[in-house]
Amino acid sequence: MSTMLLVQNLSKRFGPITAVDDVSFTIDRGEVLGFLGPNGAGKSTAMKIITGFLPPSNGSAEVCGFDVITHPIEVKKRIGYLPEGAPVYGDMTPARLLEFVAEIRGVAEPSEKIAHAVARTNLEEVLHQPIETLSKGFKRRVGLAQAILHDPPVLILDEPTDGLDPNQKHEVRTLIKDMAGDKAIIISTHILEEVDAVCTRAVIIARGRIVVDATPAELRQRSAYHNAVVIRVASTQAPQLSAALNDVSGVARVDTEDFANGAADLMVVPEDGREITSGVRDRLRESGIDVEQMRVEQGRLDDVFRQITTAG
Amino acid sequence: MRATLTIFKRELSAYFASPLAYVFIVIFLALTGAFTFFIGGFFDRGSADLQSFFAFHPWLYVFLVPAVAMRLWAEERKTGTIELLMTLPVTTFQAVMGKFLAAWCFTGIALALTVPVWFTVNYLGEPDNGVIVASYFGSWLMSGAFLAIGACVSALTTNQVIAFVVSAAACFLFLTSSLDMVLSVFRPWAPGFLVDLIASFSFITHFGIVTKGVISLSTAVFFVSLMGVCLFANALLIDLRRSS
Repeated sequence: MSTMLLVQNLSKRFGPITAVDDVSFTIDRGEVLGFLGPNGAGKSTAMKIITGFLPPSNGSAEVCGFDVITHPIEVKKRIGYLPEGAPVYGDMTPARLLEFVAEIRGVAEPSEKIAHAVARTNLEEVLHQPIETLSKGFKRRVGLAQAILHDPPVLILDEPTDGLDPNQKHEVRTLIKDMAGDKAIIISTHILEEVDAVCTRAVIIARGRIVVDATPAELRQRSAYHNAVVIRVASTQAPQLSAALNDVSGVARVDTEDFANGAADLMVVPEDGREITSGVRDRLRESGIDVEQMRVEQGRLDDVFRQITTAG
Repeated sequence: MRATLTIFKRELSAYFASPLAYVFIVIFLALTGAFTFFIGGFFDRGSADLQSFFAFHPWLYVFLVPAVAMRLWAEERKTGTIELLMTLPVTTFQAVMGKFLAAWCFTGIALALTVPVWFTVNYLGEPDNGVIVASYFGSWLMSGAFLAIGACVSALTTNQVIAFVVSAAACFLFLTSSLDMVLSVFRPWAPGFLVDLIASFSFITHFGIVTKGVISLSTAVFFVSLMGVCLFANALLIDLRRSS
């Protein structure tokens, strides 16, 4: 059985507020699911339900075949969870905290497992300092270390790279990719480049509902700039070229952006993400204008995200 | 069982990782000493017993024990670590028990550090050591009952100061429930059996019996069942607060 996580019609209401509204999805072994959505969209609430911290108002979540309501302990054994904000006991040192978690989880060969988790998260240098004295980045890595400690089949990480510097972000993403093979992983994030970097699938949640469930590539195709061609020329030639490109078949419009150094970028936007490169290339050759640079846009996830989460 | 023990160890070491443990122990020892020798008139009584020592325990516990209990759940909720704890494979009951037993063990340690008083009275005379052992045991049971009340209150709030004040007030009511001050509120309207029931909750009455050297079954049952009820309520509150 390769379905590791099965979420069906999950809803959560807090009084009159519906935080999670009829959410269903499955995750198979080897998948890394990116949970996207604006703040307050219900990402964290959904994660809290799946990990057994909050009971759902409706629906069910199954982890490795165990229902989170009827078998919470079996579910919790199989999940590694980094809660939002990575809360950890400030009075403990990372070493003591990891021993505590290993003991409570009944991990076999605890010292090896702890050493492994410490090495994966680069915690060696702060192992014996009280957690409350550590930087935000280290605290987050302590939270990550306790989540991966028991080598769980399902990993749920709520904003794993929040508060990390670019190097640390890169390390955490590498860590997630390395572990992805035999696990099912959910990460929530605001950083869309992260979706590209680690996720095999992206789910966008807005107002508690899933609005998109697609691969990052599919998501990008929804961008108005998917397959757009960007051409850099001298700004004096820009108006002329812009007019020439406007009537290539499939081109919706041409946007011009002038730069201070005398160059300009022409963004040739296609209709419905159509392939226009060959038409544009032919037209360029005909015009005889000297092109400094040319590239094809894949489409920006940021645009898609904004478009989806602000619509209706 | 393993989970309870693991949480117990973590919680107990958490007390000693902060100044709370040392402040509590020093103040507890200083106050028991001051009450015993100055207010209780240990030497003036001319009798080799620890009546003057134990008589003040309930009053010290009223405000010292809530200080031990206040952090148990309020702090976890405030810092969010409750989410870490409750998504580990532990049941709510195991977590409640582990935390309570750690706090109870801690007050036991503070109590154990008063044994020099016991040695002193043995040096000065020939006290009835059976009575003293019974009183120690009774005092510890009583601290457990106060703690259970405090733990339960701590589960209601994220604010430790509120947890402290409310549980101190609750402990005070339990302590003094046989006094007219409390009973006069109920007498005008409550049926007689209810007034008697409230009066029978009085820690002073129960502890008074114990310090006379009698650990009556009813007193032990009273303290233990009060702990049971409070801890059960504590577990319910934890689950309830999560689901709402």
